[in-house]
Amino acid sequence: MRRPLGGGRRLAMPQWIAAAPFFLYVGIFLLLPTAIVVSGAFIDSAGLSLANFATMNQRFVINAFLNSVLLSATSAIIGAVFGALLAYAVATGNPNGAFRRLVSSACGVLAQFGGVTLAFAFIATIGGAGFITLWLQQHGMNIYANGVWLYQLRGLVLVYIYFQIPLMVLVFLPALDGIRPQWREATESLGGGTWHYWRYVAGPLLAPAFLGGTLLLFANAFSAYATAAALVNQGSIIASLLIANTLTSEVGLANPGIASAFALVMVVIVAVVMVLYTLLQQRTARWLQ
Amino acid sequence: MSRNRRLKLQIFRLAVFVLLGAFFLIPIGAMFEFSTRGVTEDAPRTLNAWLTIAQTPDLVAAILASLGLAVLTSLGMLVLLVPTMIWVRLRLPHLSRVIEFLCLLPLTIPAIVLVAGLAPIYLWMNLNISDSILTLAFVYLVLVLPYAYRALYTGLAAIDVKTLAEAARSLGASWITVMMRVIVPNMPVAILNACLLSVAVVLGEFTIANLLNYVNLQVAIALAGRANATVSIAVAVASLLFAFILLVILSFFGRPRARVAPDAPGLPYPGAAGGGMR
Repeated sequence: MRRPLGGGRRLAMPQWIAAAPFFLYVGIFLLLPTAIVVSGAFIDSAGLSLANFATMNQRFVINAFLNSVLLSATSAIIGAVFGALLAYAVATGNPNGAFRRLVSSACGVLAQFGGVTLAFAFIATIGGAGFITLWLQQHGMNIYANGVWLYQLRGLVLVYIYFQIPLMVLVFLPALDGIRPQWREATESLGGGTWHYWRYVAGPLLAPAFLGGTLLLFANAFSAYATAAALVNQGSIIASLLIANTLTSEVGLANPGIASAFALVMVVIVAVVMVLYTLLQQRTARWLQ
Repeated sequence: MSRNRRLKLQIFRLAVFVLLGAFFLIPIGAMFEFSTRGVTEDAPRTLNAWLTIAQTPDLVAAILASLGLAVLTSLGMLVLLVPTMIWVRLRLPHLSRVIEFLCLLPLTIPAIVLVAGLAPIYLWMNLNISDSILTLAFVYLVLVLPYAYRALYTGLAAIDVKTLAEAARSLGASWITVMMRVIVPNMPVAILNACLLSVAVVLGEFTIANLLNYVNLQVAIALAGRANATVSIAVAVASLLFAFILLVILSFFGRPRARVAPDAPGLPYPGAAGGGMR
């Protein structure tokens, strides 16, 4: 059989050659940096060692990681609860309505929102000269009677919730859509009330999706840096700020090895959470298709 | 559903929408309010801060740099990803899992971790190739991989790549022609989506630029915030509006959600684990 003109393989090149640029690129700009972090964590001036991890014992390091866990857990739980409520409010409306489309588009946008802009939005709202702060002051109220908390852990929780809620809506809405009205009718025909329905039917079905969503939100908050960096000007109150400050210390105490060790710990935590999330996601998919 | 329960449900829905609507809209409104404030407390509203943007060379330079990065990243993404994904679909299906894994990997590696490994690479690049801010496009391409991959995957899954390619090949088309003139024109929405998402991610990126000491749009906004809060908030609002417009175009154009292939990438949604802007 004749090969088509201008086509066919004139050179006997292996087929994977065409995919080589992609692998090369990802190798250099994704896998190599990751490898540098992993290997850098185990190398110090004396060669192979675990010395970089010794710093993990220090008070400020432990505090930063604990704060990160606290911040991520709080913002994840609050975000998951409100996100689930919003998702339920959306799911009980017209499935093809414009309102639902508007809310899901808005969530898609807001879940991406973060960083400097988000920090500034909150500064403009409840910062020292913020819109709400001033308005409340005119009415004799002071939200900062006990000190300015916006730039502390509590403030970060509030700001993080802003992108956590929409993210939860995005992951939880498909699970809610999987719930069929017939199941409620079946519960009722068997004599069950609202409580029974939520406790024995919808609750157990939605639990993996809810838990999975919470884990995802946790990972999301744990690895966030830009928002916190824009809001907190100094100090390393959370792990991502600690990594950044160890990496590029302005007072000349930069230590890439120790930064790598911290970064590795963060990656491991995020990876474990994401694996759990994936497992729960699969479990959700089994019931709610 | 009983009337009583329906009423309760409607009240619940209304309460949720009003409460959360306020939570989400007030900070954005407050930014607008803040950016139009006068110098003193009872000065009239003014657009001075907005006008100052154009007269601040540092901000203009940063805006241009970020736009340049957005264009370079989008082009690079298309050149790297489109041919590879088409080729893998046609000829190397056994590699598709590996490609998917690699493309989604940046979602699990926090940017702050990536930057720790990138520092030596960029140090070397600065000394041996170039120290231009545009070199950030190399790593931004990695950041946009998950979003672009998903957009392009949806586009490819919606057309019969194999039949199109075989038809074109049997008529004598070269592989380049197959890709550029047969398959690519069949997925315009997917390509547009991938580009818009890439632009949105690049314009919002702060972490990597900041820690590698480059001044892109977000870093400039943060720096300007220390000198003049009103102006920096005006830029923040402008960049936010721009990103919103991009993403709204995106949500109206595409997402043919109804027809996602059964083996669509197991990615929850855009942005797990601190991608892009956070």
